Amino acid sequence: MPADMDKTDASVGARAGLRGLATEPGVKKPDPILVATNVSRSFGGLKAVDVDHLEVQRGVITALIGPNGAGKTTFFNLLTGFDDADSGDRAFNGKSLNRVSASKVARMGMVRTFQLTKVLSKLTVLENMRLGATGQKGEKFWAGPFAFLWRKEEEANSDRARDLLRRFKLDAKESDFAGSLSGGQRKLLEMARALMVRPELVMLDEPMAGVNPALKQSLLGHVKSLREEGMTVLFVEHDMDMVRDISDWVVVMAQGRIIAEGPPDSIMSDQRVIDAYLGAHHDTDISELDKAALEVEAMAEIDTLKKEGR
Amino acid sequence: MDLITSPLYDAFTPTAISFVLAAIGLNIHFGYAGLLNFGQAAFAAVGAYGMGVAIASFNLPLVVAILVGLVAAVLLALVMGVPTLRLRADYLAIVTIAVAEILRLVFSTTFKEYFRARDGVSGFTGSFRSLNPLPDSMDTFLNFSRNDLWVMLVGWPLVGLILLFVWAIMRSPWGRVVKSIREDEDAVRSLGKNVYSYKMQALILGGVIGAVGGFVGAQGLASVQPDSYNLDFTFIAFTMLILGGAARVMSPVAGAVIFWALLSFLGELLTKLSSGDNPIIPPEFMTPDQVGNIRFAFVGLALMLLMIFRPQGLFGDKKEIALDAR
Repeated sequence: MPADMDKTDASVGARAGLRGLATEPGVKKPDPILVATNVSRSFGGLKAVDVDHLEVQRGVITALIGPNGAGKTTFFNLLTGFDDADSGDRAFNGKSLNRVSASKVARMGMVRTFQLTKVLSKLTVLENMRLGATGQKGEKFWAGPFAFLWRKEEEANSDRARDLLRRFKLDAKESDFAGSLSGGQRKLLEMARALMVRPELVMLDEPMAGVNPALKQSLLGHVKSLREEGMTVLFVEHDMDMVRDISDWVVVMAQGRIIAEGPPDSIMSDQRVIDAYLGAHHDTDISELDKAALEVEAMAEIDTLKKEGR
Repeated sequence: MDLITSPLYDAFTPTAISFVLAAIGLNIHFGYAGLLNFGQAAFAAVGAYGMGVAIASFNLPLVVAILVGLVAAVLLALVMGVPTLRLRADYLAIVTIAVAEILRLVFSTTFKEYFRARDGVSGFTGSFRSLNPLPDSMDTFLNFSRNDLWVMLVGWPLVGLILLFVWAIMRSPWGRVVKSIREDEDAVRSLGKNVYSYKMQALILGGVIGAVGGFVGAQGLASVQPDSYNLDFTFIAFTMLILGGAARVMSPVAGAVIFWALLSFLGELLTKLSSGDNPIIPPEFMTPDQVGNIRFAFVGLALMLLMIFRPQGLFGDKKEIALDAR
């Protein structure tokens, strides 16, 4: 199919654009879809996020990694409108995201998933999927009671939902309550549901957390296929195998800052990254190391407290 | 009246209709959208006062007076919702409970030439009663007055129409969004829905239905008094909803009818058991004048047993309740 070929070509081109870029934090990309400048967010006295500059290349898979409490999820929340930055500019496709609500960000074409999956467990799998479709006439209050106004649209959405469910091998479950799915299946459903929004940029927050090894392979395949279809993927992950396997570009955060970025191979051997993961003070005495670990832990705790508090 | 007819009578009065409508409104708020509104009495009050004052003090026609009541309910929903719907559910609960009490005090102490303080507004039923097509001979039909029968003749079909509307909108994509918000706001937000707007729409819809309940109650009692709309009003409506089972279209009606019938039955039964020359319940335990309060204790007991053994309510679906008793 020529249409698909075009898309694949685009992704190849987008990946080629990353070749030869300097591997330093904040490097300019040839075709950025998402740009963040001087974004900061602090909780109390701790700066959870303090990013000078980041560009995310269109059409490729970018991984955001870093030790626990590095501020990855907070940064994710800032980019997707789930949290307000203290300062700084964020732009998607050239349009500013500053003070734009989370729902508006999603409608602009930037859809996220959550570290702890948020499937709507008391809705069926198919209803979960239908909820994802945007711009539904039947979601208007005045049209709601009159089924003839939205039935056609609902059928079209259901067809699209079933296609996606087949692709994610959830089609047999369509009339089950989403609450009855396993952890891995929920991750798949959440990803499939995000696609119902027809996003340009998919943001996955730890897509591999709690997924069994058998399902991991198929999830990897799904993420890659998003890129082949012309979507951009930005994901947070701890699973280094996944990062090495599928990402075209890796961004490393530690203590709220971006400390390195580059292609996966070079990042894995970068001294700054190793320091960040093992503790920058691993050659000093043990009490210093403890102090650094405590600091990281405190920030992680604030991260979760903030999330629960909302 | 005896043990059978009295409960049947009480379950269908205009007052029962007004509680049914209040409970249907709460079902939209709490059952479907997960909004904890503890001020449903305020919606019924602004409906009743809006209509009553518009007719009694300003001589407006009935239709306009009803519009005044509905607009007042929409405004009240905006007042409650604008500051709280962006916040967590508990804030709405606090604000609604406060607003309901503030309104009750406003109605009972201020603008006395309109609200008539504790005497209440009256003299507004003329235009509605003049439409009554029932013959005078029906004035004692089934022990109901001709006026009550007319209110019921309009009120119950109105309940039916509103239920039809609730059913239609809750099976629509609009209903799907609202039910999803009850479960997880952030998930709905991440899919591009304006959660705040949907919560506001649900708050307005349920509030407007509560105001309609206020109309029916006011027409039935022929007066609007501030103390009819105290916290008990809201909690009785909640009891009915939970008894029937939240998030089911018919359950507020079933819950309300059962609640009134049960209350009335207990009243009759306890009165019979505790009165007479040689009462079955000796006066050391209970005298007939205590029946009115003790029957509420029994309703409380019944509600506790219900929560323990059937938390989804009599007709609810365990899979679909906001009130998760697990």
